[in-house]
Amino acid sequence: MNDVTMLWTAVYIAMLAAFTGYVVISRVPVILHTPLMSGSNFIHGIVLIGAMVALGLATTPLEQIIGFIAVILGAANVTGGYVVTERILQMFDRSGKKPKKGA
Amino acid sequence: MIDFSWAIDPVYIATIFFFIVGLQRMSHPLTARSGIVWAGAAMLIATLVTFLTPNLTNFTLMALAIVIGGGFGYIAAKRVGMTDMPQMVAFYNGMGGGAAAGISAVALLGTTTAPSGSLAVIGGLIGAVSFSGSLIAFLKLQGWMRPRPITFKGQQVVNMMILALAIVSGVLVLSHPSWIPLTVGMYLPLFFVLSLGFGFLMTLPIGGADMPVVISMYNAFTGLAVALDGFSFATPNYAMVIAGIIVGAAGSLLTLQMARAMNRSISNVFFGAFGATEEKEMQIQGSMKSIEADDVAVMLAYANKVIIAPGYGMAVAQAQQKVKELTDLLESKDIQVKFAIHPVAGRMPGHMNVLLAEAGVAYDHLFDRDEVNPEFPSTDVVLVIGANDVINPAAHRKGSPLFGMPILDVEQAKNVIVLKRGQGKGFAGIENDLFYRDNTRMLYGDAQETVGKLVQALKKL
Repeated sequence: MNDVTMLWTAVYIAMLAAFTGYVVISRVPVILHTPLMSGSNFIHGIVLIGAMVALGLATTPLEQIIGFIAVILGAANVTGGYVVTERILQMFDRSGKKPKKGA
Repeated sequence: MIDFSWAIDPVYIATIFFFIVGLQRMSHPLTARSGIVWAGAAMLIATLVTFLTPNLTNFTLMALAIVIGGGFGYIAAKRVGMTDMPQMVAFYNGMGGGAAAGISAVALLGTTTAPSGSLAVIGGLIGAVSFSGSLIAFLKLQGWMRPRPITFKGQQVVNMMILALAIVSGVLVLSHPSWIPLTVGMYLPLFFVLSLGFGFLMTLPIGGADMPVVISMYNAFTGLAVALDGFSFATPNYAMVIAGIIVGAAGSLLTLQMARAMNRSISNVFFGAFGATEEKEMQIQGSMKSIEADDVAVMLAYANKVIIAPGYGMAVAQAQQKVKELTDLLESKDIQVKFAIHPVAGRMPGHMNVLLAEAGVAYDHLFDRDEVNPEFPSTDVVLVIGANDVINPAAHRKGSPLFGMPILDVEQAKNVIVLKRGQGKGFAGIENDLFYRDNTRMLYGDAQETVGKLVQALKKL
């Protein structure tokens, strides 16, 4: 793929992804905005796979060190983001399932 | 070894699919949890198949780094309290930004072609800014650094110059013109130091109450950086591009919503030290009238409808549990109880909902500002717990620094009880004339203790 084709492909994808993100996220109710934030935090944790490839292709010691740190940071991001989001949503789950008192 | 790398793209595509479905399921509190579990499982598989990428080496280092980072992330995330959630999110966000900057650095150290190289530079800049900026936000929210704005003369000029220098050094990384006897290896550290410095300096002048806006924005930044870094590989990693852009859109949307909820423009949050335009001291009629817990209990007992308007002060006093007890008690007396949640109550978007959910308040009791505002005139008692600026009627008065900020119109209720530690002003430092209204009574004391007293008094009635 030449550079120009790649650039336009990127723009197509970015545009569609931005719309998808906008539409899906506008439907998240205000009460779930904190888990939405930590959840999107988890989603950009996909940076981990990029960091893994960067480290895997690293040849010089400097590249290896930077790649190593990047993988640590990415792994912390994705794990932490997931655990935090799951913990928060668990609480909403629980608070929703409580039987309501009859009037 | 058999080549399994054909599996990578299908798995990445499925991962993106489950990410989107996961976000989709967040449109309701009951389905949200399953959504994140699916997304998590997809992410785990994506991580595993990444090991199959052709030509990779350093597997031991990779596994070690994942164990270190993942272990740390897991333990910290399990331990953090819900009150401290905002700084935790800022922290993980910074980690992601740092990882993105690292990917850019490795890409730029190697041989990169012109277009993907410039994307790596931009991704590196944004990632580094997000890293240092989020760290400052974390320190401020954690209380390890003064949360008040740190300002000095000519700050914006200095910041802009550092940003400009960072961009120039980024261009040099790519072009490294032959008339300057320096190599990429020399420009690169300069570029990252300047980028990190910019993120650091940009966040210093932002105060604690503006953090909802700041965290959302850095979230968007990290997303963008990740998306741009998706192009720094020989074959673009579209999973990173799509996931990054989606997060960028989410973060931008929340940033705008938060800023609107505080009636501030984004530039005002970042460049305008708040409170600089002090209102001329206005005349306030009347006086503050205090009330005792026993009297409030009687008032509550004879009410039909009670609305509770919590603010960050409630979380600081750790009064959520007592508030939940009070709610249950009132409901057992057939009194309708609702919670009025202002979007910027708390330290990040939706934070107050999380704190109340943790205490066991069912989410169908929690109402957004726009939903609940029409109900105040028909409400007998409003309990304001640790909130101030978000209920300040000054927001309706021209000339006030708060003017135009959408607030909870609690002053329209028949009785307003304000639970407050002392007679101080809110974060904005603006006198609240709600406290002087005829239908307002002040109940002084620590919120947790006071609500506890209310519960006791109500039980006796």
